[in-house]
Amino acid sequence: MLGPTLQTILINLLYTAVRSGTIILFPTIGEIFAERSGVMNLGIEGMMIIGAFFGFVVTYTTKNPYLGFVAGMLAGGVASLIHAFIVITLQGRQVVSGLALTIFGLGITNFYGQRFINAQLNVSLSRFAIPLLSKIPIIGIIFFKQDIFVYFSYIVAIFMWYVLYKTKVGIQLRATGENAAAADAMGVNVYATRYFWTFFGGLLAGAGGAYLTIVYAPFWLDGITAGRGWIAVALVIFAMWDPINAIFGAYLFGSIDALQFLLQARGTTIPSSLLSMQPYLLTFIVIVIASLIVRLKHIGVPRELGLPFSREEK
Amino acid sequence: MENIVLEARNITKYFPGILANDHINFDLYSKEVHTLLGENGAGKTTLVNIFDGLYYPNEGEVYVNGKIANINSPLDAMKFGIGMIHQHFMLVDTLTVVENVVLGFQKQGFRLDNNSIVKKIQEISEQYNLKVNPYAKIWQLSVGEQQRVEIIKMLYRGANILILDEPTAVLTPQEIDSLFLIINKIKSDGKSVIFISHKLEEVLKVSDRITVLKKGKVVGTVNKEHATEKELALMMVGREVLFRFDRKPTADGKDILKIENLEGYNDRGVKRLKGVNLTVKSGEIFGIAGVAGNGQEELAESITGLRKSSKGKIFIGSCESTNLLPSRILKKGVNYIPADRIRTGLIPNLSSVDNAILRCYMRKPISNTFTVNFTKAKDYANKIITEFNIMVPRLDAPVKLLSGGNMQKLLLAREILEEPILLIAVHPTRGLDIGATELVRKKLIEARDKGAAVLLISEDLDEIIMLSDRIGVIYDGKIVGLVDSKNAQINNIGLMMGGSKNLNVQKG
Ligand SMILES: Nc1ncnc2c1ncn2[C@@H]1O[C@H](COP(=O)(O)OP(=O)(O)O)[C@@H](O)[C@H]1O
Ligand SMILES: [Mg+2]
Repeated sequence: MLGPTLQTILINLLYTAVRSGTIILFPTIGEIFAERSGVMNLGIEGMMIIGAFFGFVVTYTTKNPYLGFVAGMLAGGVASLIHAFIVITLQGRQVVSGLALTIFGLGITNFYGQRFINAQLNVSLSRFAIPLLSKIPIIGIIFFKQDIFVYFSYIVAIFMWYVLYKTKVGIQLRATGENAAAADAMGVNVYATRYFWTFFGGLLAGAGGAYLTIVYAPFWLDGITAGRGWIAVALVIFAMWDPINAIFGAYLFGSIDALQFLLQARGTTIPSSLLSMQPYLLTFIVIVIASLIVRLKHIGVPRELGLPFSREEK
Repeated sequence: MENIVLEARNITKYFPGILANDHINFDLYSKEVHTLLGENGAGKTTLVNIFDGLYYPNEGEVYVNGKIANINSPLDAMKFGIGMIHQHFMLVDTLTVVENVVLGFQKQGFRLDNNSIVKKIQEISEQYNLKVNPYAKIWQLSVGEQQRVEIIKMLYRGANILILDEPTAVLTPQEIDSLFLIINKIKSDGKSVIFISHKLEEVLKVSDRITVLKKGKVVGTVNKEHATEKELALMMVGREVLFRFDRKPTADGKDILKIENLEGYNDRGVKRLKGVNLTVKSGEIFGIAGVAGNGQEELAESITGLRKSSKGKIFIGSCESTNLLPSRILKKGVNYIPADRIRTGLIPNLSSVDNAILRCYMRKPISNTFTVNFTKAKDYANKIITEFNIMVPRLDAPVKLLSGGNMQKLLLAREILEEPILLIAVHPTRGLDIGATELVRKKLIEARDKGAAVLLISEDLDEIIMLSDRIGVIYDGKIVGLVDSKNAQINNIGLMMGGSKNLNVQKG
């Protein structure tokens, strides 16, 4: 048996892990759906920080975190439309456009964020326990005594899994990313489908950013997303383009993040820069392993990921 | 008198630099099979793509049931009852049959109601004898089965006008017969069919009327009763066509290529070669007949060293060459005409000169130790171009601007002028017009007459029978039968191609 203090620490750690994981769970799910439609968006980091910024500023001025969260989502969504226009309508290179979006997001929030640096949010978000589920030992505390945004992320993951595999919209989405010409010939509007899911990806990237600055770290810092968008990009592969798998991946990263937070707070002798490196090191390892699995099993990767579609072009 | 269900008036369609359809008039009666016949590039696919709403014409109108029809997308086409089965199937490999059938179908709600769809699919299957497992994923199905899914898909949507673009290209003779039965059933149900092909024999078998296209123009429309193969060929090509080649009698050469129990996997990790055994002698063309996807391309790639084989042995000459580097294999006098001429065979963005010297730029006279002598290289390219009658816009234009036939002639010239000991040709005439096809075939026979061992892989059974001295039938990664082409029976080969085992086949 673990001693009571150690157990408390561990539960606390995992509780924080879920919160930290939520920040990347949203964008990972969003990107899974964008990529399923054939659009790769490497601008997640940019959309996240735009969402984080708007989420923060709106909450800061209105004192309403829910409004802030919605504002963050919408800001991410709008940012994604830039990418959508470039790669879907203009048929630009997806990698280039995505990278540009990331640089744009980091730059613009740096510029307009100067006067908010070190500003703190004084809103506290109520947590509430879900009846019954929260009574489960350990699990209950970790997963079911959280705030509303965390619950929202559960719902999004499960509902989107259902959409992906059990609905017509899901078939259209998968067909568009696998074989756009076939989808088109069957009467699916390929452009509309790709716009919609790229926008959806932007909304969720914005949600992840907003959760970060409204709940997880309620203050503003330059570059506050700190590469979490890139972790999401890696997680998409780790999750093999499946929203349920994304939950595991996100919480795995959340745990590492929470752990290094905890160690730093307790003042270990390990240099903090080494500790903060852990999530990214893990990203690297996970992406190598995931890529190997994808290569071996030939599953998951939407076949026309990254390719533009045009009817009359050969 | 039957009524006209679909009519095209003065359809013109340009692509950059190409007039694909030139004032085409075409009509389709109810309960009729109307064939579009024409060489590759004649504009058949372009015309039916316009009916399907994939392309929009520059001039002209389409009428459905006497009324002008503005068809902007396949969805519109569906509303007019037009359903098209494309030459390259429009199926999503990773989805199931059911999912493919309902894809994009607007009726019914948000959720996927599997049971009712499956029931309807089964009804259609029974009515038209289109057997397929509704829960299978597309990649698990054979090409013939995939085609049935395509047909079911269109009937499910209630198509009245069915367009089949070269549906027989990927089928065995037996599968073709059963497709024709299905087409007749569809016709007798009061629907109409536009059938596309460039194979005269089958066109005469299935059509009511035949419209011949050439270079984007209608040459004429004839009733089946009044048409003969010879006459149609003349209309299609504009001149007499050689159906036979003169050739020396088969030499009794020594073994050049010997393959023993070869096994190997495709890119997706599926075992595609399951114990291939064969021998090719010098001075003979050994044809491999088979339906696409039975291991043909993996076999060619294994011999040339482009793909690792997992088991078995390959001998070229008398030395073993299993899994050697491609460069070492090519040095043994092996030359290769790959199936994918644009990406594997040539470098699309480089010029005709650069592509022509790809095999010999390391040797004199083209190279002087360090530099390439471009005057010599140009001379060499010019020689090839005249000898093989290749049309190039400019000598330094990228080869991707060449038409398919000219690309193939350039590739063939480059490989065959090396005077190979072993020549491997995969689908050497696929997609070529009759003129280029004739030249390619003639050159293959010339190489054989000069003593090369030629391994010919093709899905065109007529071509295999016409060119080969011996024929091996490949099915599911094995050579399942060996036939001497002198007494080859197309029916037997067809059965073997479809996997029938209990046949009396001579062993080679
Ligand atoms: N999408 C396209 N873009 C450019 N050229 C095309 C396109 N589709 C067809 N073509 C050209 O139009 C001509 C007719 O092609 P197609 O209709 O496919 O012929 P067929 O089906 O009779 O073989 C060819 O020269 C072909 O290269
Ligand atoms: Mg065609």
